[in-house]
Amino acid sequence: MSRAVSIQINGRVITAEVEPRLLLADFIRDVAGLTGTHLGCEHGVCGACTVQVDGQPVRSCLMFAVQAAGRQVRTVEAMAPSEKTLHPLQQAFHECHALQCGFCTPGILMSMEAFLHDEPDPTPERIRSALAGNLCRCTGYQNIITAVRLAADRMLKDESNARLTEPTA
Amino acid sequence: MERVAQEVAGPWRESRGEVVKPAQFEYDDPSTVDEAMDLLGRYGDECKVLAGGQSLVPLMNFRLARPGRLIDINGIDSLAQMKWEDGALVIGAMTRHSQLEQSAEVAERCPLLSQAVAWIGHSQIRNRGTVGGSVAHADPAAELPAAFAALDARFLVRSRRGDRTLTWREFFVSEFTTALQPDELLISIEVPAQRPSKGTALVEFARRHGDFALGGAAVTVTVDRAGRCSEVAIALLAAGPAPIRPAAVEQMLIGEAPDKAAIHAAADMAVKGLKPTGDIHGSSDYRVQLLRVMTERALSEAVSRVGASQ
Repeated sequence: MSRAVSIQINGRVITAEVEPRLLLADFIRDVAGLTGTHLGCEHGVCGACTVQVDGQPVRSCLMFAVQAAGRQVRTVEAMAPSEKTLHPLQQAFHECHALQCGFCTPGILMSMEAFLHDEPDPTPERIRSALAGNLCRCTGYQNIITAVRLAADRMLKDESNARLTEPTA
Repeated sequence: MERVAQEVAGPWRESRGEVVKPAQFEYDDPSTVDEAMDLLGRYGDECKVLAGGQSLVPLMNFRLARPGRLIDINGIDSLAQMKWEDGALVIGAMTRHSQLEQSAEVAERCPLLSQAVAWIGHSQIRNRGTVGGSVAHADPAAELPAAFAALDARFLVRSRRGDRTLTWREFFVSEFTTALQPDELLISIEVPAQRPSKGTALVEFARRHGDFALGGAAVTVTVDRAGRCSEVAIALLAAGPAPIRPAAVEQMLIGEAPDKAAIHAAADMAVKGLKPTGDIHGSSDYRVQLLRVMTERALSEAVSRVGASQ
């Protein structure tokens, strides 16, 4: 039996009649048309379908769309601030060759964005541990670790610059 | 031939919002335990409780599980709370692994649970996976059942017929099997107050971090002023159909100084008679050897932490 579901994805509310068995991942791709979220294993192992639900990275293949009703979902499409500017993580991935085929990248970016939010200045060991839930078959991970660290450096710098230029009340 | 393939593949590719993995099911999302009790009482065997979904949904995606009805308890807020009652920790069944992981109070007052949760899957799994789901799923290789066995936890289950409180021995029946009846819901898990001087450790081995363990041990140890063990709990995971507490080994260590030789002998004895199921990931003999080493390491680690927070 279908039910109407409204999910806020990247700030846009999408309403649709769906079967309860429709996975959030399929809702994102097929109903919302946001194909940046990739489906790999579809049983919670590869991490390609990772999105953020209320700010927390989760496997969208292990959640039903009806369970995301009224929640805020963020996908890779929301990361870049504009058509011409990449998110610092995306920019660092690009520069460090942290992707080859790119299939796993959206899931990794979603995981790493939330990770850097919680741990803005991580050690390489912490980055490794945070990456453990995302499989990549191309890169061998080294460049991903380098890219995450580079993005962290830049984001920390941006933040301290922003603090320096903030007008004092 | 070609045409048949196209007809089958066609709608799959072109469908909008109709791409589905699991078999069809009815879906209820009660917002109170009472409503859930009614649904479970009415549908019993036909339905399955959906908690974090990190084990159930993969099984459904493969259609290895085809429940006719899902009772989704994610909307029952009262089940998602952790609280302390007279020193005991009461963990609501819907407490997420990440809640347990991030609790400084749990790390301080019940460190074995923090140590156990660190081995569970990955952050994306821990954000959704629940404590109740993990124990109700009762995977023999899971960390929390073993940790709860070592901590002598009690399980509160409820149905329209009333409440029951089960010991871990009563609760865990066999692999993927608990004493929960079709109309019952796991409400909470209670961990008795822990002595702050207790040393604890959970050690396991898996090929990759986050995979299910091939063998592991959860240990708690208390040492008296004379340097002898006054309390020991050892719970083995992936050693049998349910967590195993080698009581004779625990008894043997009581009154002994937990030195290298004693720990070595205890680990040897802990795996006597074990017959874990061998598979492609490791033979039964290999797993016994692994369990022996994991027990030895967990005991040493727990002993090294004794009194740390005295």
